[in-house]
Amino acid sequence: MSAVQLTDIVKQFGTFTAVHRMSLEIPDGGFVTLLGPSGCGKTTTLRMIAGLLDPSEGEIAIGGRRVNEVPIHKRNLGLVFQNYALFPHKSVADNIAFGLRYRNVPQAEAAKRVREALELVQLPDVGDRYPKQLSGGQQQRIALARAIVIEPDVLLLDEPLSALDANLRESMRVELKRIQHRIGVTTVFVTHDQSEALAMSDLIVVMSDGRIEQVGAPEEVYNTPATEFVARFLGASNILDGRVSGADGGELTIEAPAIGAIRVARARAPGLDGAGPAKLVIRAEKLRLAAPGALVDGEVAVDGMVETVDYQGQAARYFVRVGGEQLQAINMIDDHPFAEGEAVSVCLRPRDCAALPGGPQ
Amino acid sequence: MTVEAREARQPWILLSPALTAVALLLLVPLAFIVVYSFWLRTSTGADQVGFFLDNWQEALSDRFYRDILLNTLKIAAITTIVCALMGYPAAYVVARSKGNKALLLLLLMLPFWISYIIRTMSWINILGVSGAINSALLALGLIGEPIQMLYNETTVILGLVHFLLPFMVLNVFVSLEGIDRTLEDAACSLGATRWESFIRVTLPLSLPGLAAGGLLCFVLGAGTYITPLVLGGPTDAMFANLVFEAIITQLDWPLGSALSLMLLGVLGALVAVYNHFLGMAQLMKGLG
Repeated sequence: MSAVQLTDIVKQFGTFTAVHRMSLEIPDGGFVTLLGPSGCGKTTTLRMIAGLLDPSEGEIAIGGRRVNEVPIHKRNLGLVFQNYALFPHKSVADNIAFGLRYRNVPQAEAAKRVREALELVQLPDVGDRYPKQLSGGQQQRIALARAIVIEPDVLLLDEPLSALDANLRESMRVELKRIQHRIGVTTVFVTHDQSEALAMSDLIVVMSDGRIEQVGAPEEVYNTPATEFVARFLGASNILDGRVSGADGGELTIEAPAIGAIRVARARAPGLDGAGPAKLVIRAEKLRLAAPGALVDGEVAVDGMVETVDYQGQAARYFVRVGGEQLQAINMIDDHPFAEGEAVSVCLRPRDCAALPGGPQ
Repeated sequence: MTVEAREARQPWILLSPALTAVALLLLVPLAFIVVYSFWLRTSTGADQVGFFLDNWQEALSDRFYRDILLNTLKIAAITTIVCALMGYPAAYVVARSKGNKALLLLLLMLPFWISYIIRTMSWINILGVSGAINSALLALGLIGEPIQMLYNETTVILGLVHFLLPFMVLNVFVSLEGIDRTLEDAACSLGATRWESFIRVTLPLSLPGLAAGGLLCFVLGAGTYITPLVLGGPTDAMFANLVFEAIITQLDWPLGSALSLMLLGVLGALVAVYNHFLGMAQLMKGLG
């Protein structure tokens, strides 16, 4: 188990820069997720940590030791791929034992560790089978078992769940977190799926265009996005152009045309000082629709009109016209959803709002 | 007619021209050959119709035929091994190349655009007494008179390798293409060097392609008569040359038929063994 440290990492492919001078500290034993859309450099970063790619510049250290010049087979990493990458010509047990052969583990000991790894991934009886005879979810468990049986310093997971179907993905996510927690290995997880990132990570690194947008705990990244990209990428957000119209000790007053003046805690508005253009960020599930006039204490309300209803069973996503803006609201359904064309009160609590610097684009 | 019945008929309608061609041009002539092999060529030169085992007895018992058959199999085996050793690395490079794979494949196909006979004859211009190598060495004064390089078993094998190498490369290429590259990455991440991951993962997974390429090289090599005719010496005849000799030179169709069926039987047995272990599907993949 070891911390991973990236210092000023640059990766260029020809004239294309995939990763721009990135520095990142991955704590020992932590579960860190690199999150971003495809092409944001997250997989490139993972492959550099793995030793499958060389950084063009910068230093990679694992457990305090520079590993730039250490080839992949000497880095002692567990690598799990999206497509499982199990050896089709070897039995499950031989797949798992593959890495033990390079670690001078005696036969009996190896067999015992393979058995333990199979138990850890809750597939104790499949050792004699071949990968093709297993389901996708089972194959991914075996790939995980193969990666952790070598007791790696760092576990690297490259979109390991994205080839699985939705239900399986959610149960594997819990399973993966359980296993990681139990063995306590430093884990770097790459995904484009925000719900996976939020559910599993100790720390989320949001990336875009080869740069880190924000590093923080899931709650922090979700509630206090550092950039508009983060606000848009995680969850459904309303982002309104406005300006800072006043500031006192702990709060900033932000004036947004559609909503009016909202007082936002300074802690939720990092990067803003007392004046200038700003963007107000309100999560779609924090906008509450109500019958006109039904205001709750502490809420700010504006009049709106439901334009579109996207019914989702337990909840509905509404697109509501408020002044010149279309806002998005996701509400649990009580009784029956609002109808398209219905006049509503759009209510929000100022403490649910966050703010970002920036003017109209 | 129901939809199902129409759909069941359709393949047969589409296949019928090809099946007719195979029947008329392959199966019927083969049947003639089988019948011929039991006839007898009389001393007058006329064929005597009947059911005689004389040709078969001669073909199967004469040491001369047996030795040439063994020699043919030996040459085909050497050719196959050389093709495998030379073809595998080439196929690996093509399969792993990123930008110019299409160009490399085109270059690989290029020899097929030139007649096999012309390709074989080209060696005379290279290795012959007044060929390129001898001319160059003479001009440089390194030798006083031309070296005799042509017309021996080595040049026969050389010609066969030249002819068959693309078949090997294509077959191995196809099977390497089908192997997920992340398997090698996975092996390396577990502690294997690039070479070890090749030996333990990629090579075993590409064996079907190597076997398919090997079978093609062996069968085509063992059945050739042009290469030994053009590049071999008087003692380098291969089995197909005996068939050629019997039928074209001596006009002894019955004996030639028996000999050609004998070769067909040996090579057919080989294909059957291959099919038993690996199936024909892999072979078909590589022919495309």
